[in-house]
Amino acid sequence: MSLTNADVRKVASLARLGMTETEIESAREQLSGIFDLIAEMQAVDTNGITPMSHAQDVTQRLREDVVTEGDQRELFQSLAPQYKGSPQVEAGLYLVPQVIE
Amino acid sequence: MIHKTIVRAPEWEIVIGLEVHTQLSTSSKIFSGASTTYGAEPNTQADAVSIALPGVLPVLNKGAVERAIKFGLAVGAHIAPRSVFARKNYFYPDLPKGYQISQFDLPVVGQGVLTILVEPLSGNAKPYEKVVRITRAHLEEDAGKSVHGESQGLTGVDLNRAGTPLLEIVSEPDMSSAAEAVAYAKTLHSLVRWIGICDGNMQEGSFRCDVNVSVRRPGGPLGTRREIKNLNSFKFMQQAIDYEVQWQIDTLENGGKIHQATVLFDADKGTTHAMRSKEEAHDYRYFPDPDLLPLEISEEWKEQVRATLPELPEAKRNRYVKDFGLSSYDAGILTASREVADFFEAALNPPQSPLVRGEASSSPDKGRPGGVEAKLCANWLIGEVSAQLNRDGLEMQQSPVTPQQLGGMLKRIADGTISNAAAKEVFRTMWAEGGDADSIIEAKGLKQVSDSGAIEAIVDEIIAANADKVAEYRSGKDKLFGFFVGLAMKASNGKANPAQLNDILKKKLAG
Repeated sequence: MSLTNADVRKVASLARLGMTETEIESAREQLSGIFDLIAEMQAVDTNGITPMSHAQDVTQRLREDVVTEGDQRELFQSLAPQYKGSPQVEAGLYLVPQVIE
Repeated sequence: MIHKTIVRAPEWEIVIGLEVHTQLSTSSKIFSGASTTYGAEPNTQADAVSIALPGVLPVLNKGAVERAIKFGLAVGAHIAPRSVFARKNYFYPDLPKGYQISQFDLPVVGQGVLTILVEPLSGNAKPYEKVVRITRAHLEEDAGKSVHGESQGLTGVDLNRAGTPLLEIVSEPDMSSAAEAVAYAKTLHSLVRWIGICDGNMQEGSFRCDVNVSVRRPGGPLGTRREIKNLNSFKFMQQAIDYEVQWQIDTLENGGKIHQATVLFDADKGTTHAMRSKEEAHDYRYFPDPDLLPLEISEEWKEQVRATLPELPEAKRNRYVKDFGLSSYDAGILTASREVADFFEAALNPPQSPLVRGEASSSPDKGRPGGVEAKLCANWLIGEVSAQLNRDGLEMQQSPVTPQQLGGMLKRIADGTISNAAAKEVFRTMWAEGGDADSIIEAKGLKQVSDSGAIEAIVDEIIAANADKVAEYRSGKDKLFGFFVGLAMKASNGKANPAQLNDILKKKLAG
């Protein structure tokens, strides 16, 4: 299966990735390689095999319903300004560019 | 608007399905140990998992799974022995991971059914029962909240709600009117509170409904549906559906086309309007979440949960009809919420005999366990008690009159100590000042006169003082009977036992 640059652009847009034309070209080649691998795997006869949703055949461990985490707002929000791209804080709220549907 | 829809109904069929998000009443979040208490200061209940710090991992809350199992059992659904969590990918600031953990092709609860009692809106149509199929119910996490308009050009994000456990309950498109959709939502609302998995607080968003609406020509192919999002009151649901249905019919009759869309209801204008136009943008790219292993529910766990289920509303309703001889309608009202049903049963049974079920079915006199007529009790609850609650804006559990107080009073009506009129006074006094029926009856001298000698004396006096009317009565003017009853009641200060008085009057007037 071969992907087109338009496919790559669509996936990039869904993932909110900004890509240059050169990047799209190289991503298309890499992704096509992955699809080729999948095509190869699809040739394997899997009749009668129950699909697994996880690589390990184990099941989910559960937590008791107990509150174990206290208020760490001050700690988390004091960290924010030290990292590039992290949101501003005001009145306890994280601030992001305005979003209105 | 509503009437127009009903008149046109034969030409158009309405098809409605619901998706309901119920917030599960756990103490902690679905994938972390942060608190779920409503109304805390912004972000004070947003732990490292809720704000999606890199490297954190989700650990599933047993209490959330238990509640999902409870619901599944309550609607007779298949509980998946193995279900899988999936990532639903989309971008919005109140979802810091960039995906919501939900379930997709392997949900925890499979197909079930819910029986609803529909009260049609149009004048004289009778209430009827309908079985609505539930497609599935799955566990997922709630998103945070966006706060708009605080700062210019910025949106504030509060992640306290992020990670609150939700059970999304999806119905088949089995409803064909706003009344049916509302009845389904109300029944579901009552059920999740009944089994204690959700507090049902609609103002706080604990029970949110999305309604899918389409119209079609009878027998024709399904029309294109529009989804009304986030309805948080039954009244708005009713209005939104009525408006939407009419809009779709008008659009089609005017040669227009319906496009699939998500719409919002504007409560001020009473209208719906499309929210997102780019439907193709909703490509959620679901895939199994590699951070979570499959959820396994053993037969044993399922049976443990089943043992904790209370008697369900439908079973209770049927029992009320069968054992107490109540009408299906009255039984439906009494089982509309667990609080009302509990009140009813407690009022029927004085405290010393709490075994309602056993007693009721083994009692030879089915209608009156504990000496209180079930029908009388039902009438008082549906009538006087609920009217007073409405007047004072109270819920059943806030009633100032306890079931024991009411039961005590009903006993005095049943055994003839007080008349219905006097009971109303006793009830009003209980409501306002408290106290038990017997002491109020005593203090106010409301005891009915059932001494036939005393009643006869009154009747004799009246007959003697109204010889002309007696003659008229005896010459065939039957209507005068009421006049004599009135006089006798007045003379007894309203305390004469009405049945006895009637008998004695009849006998004496006959001469």
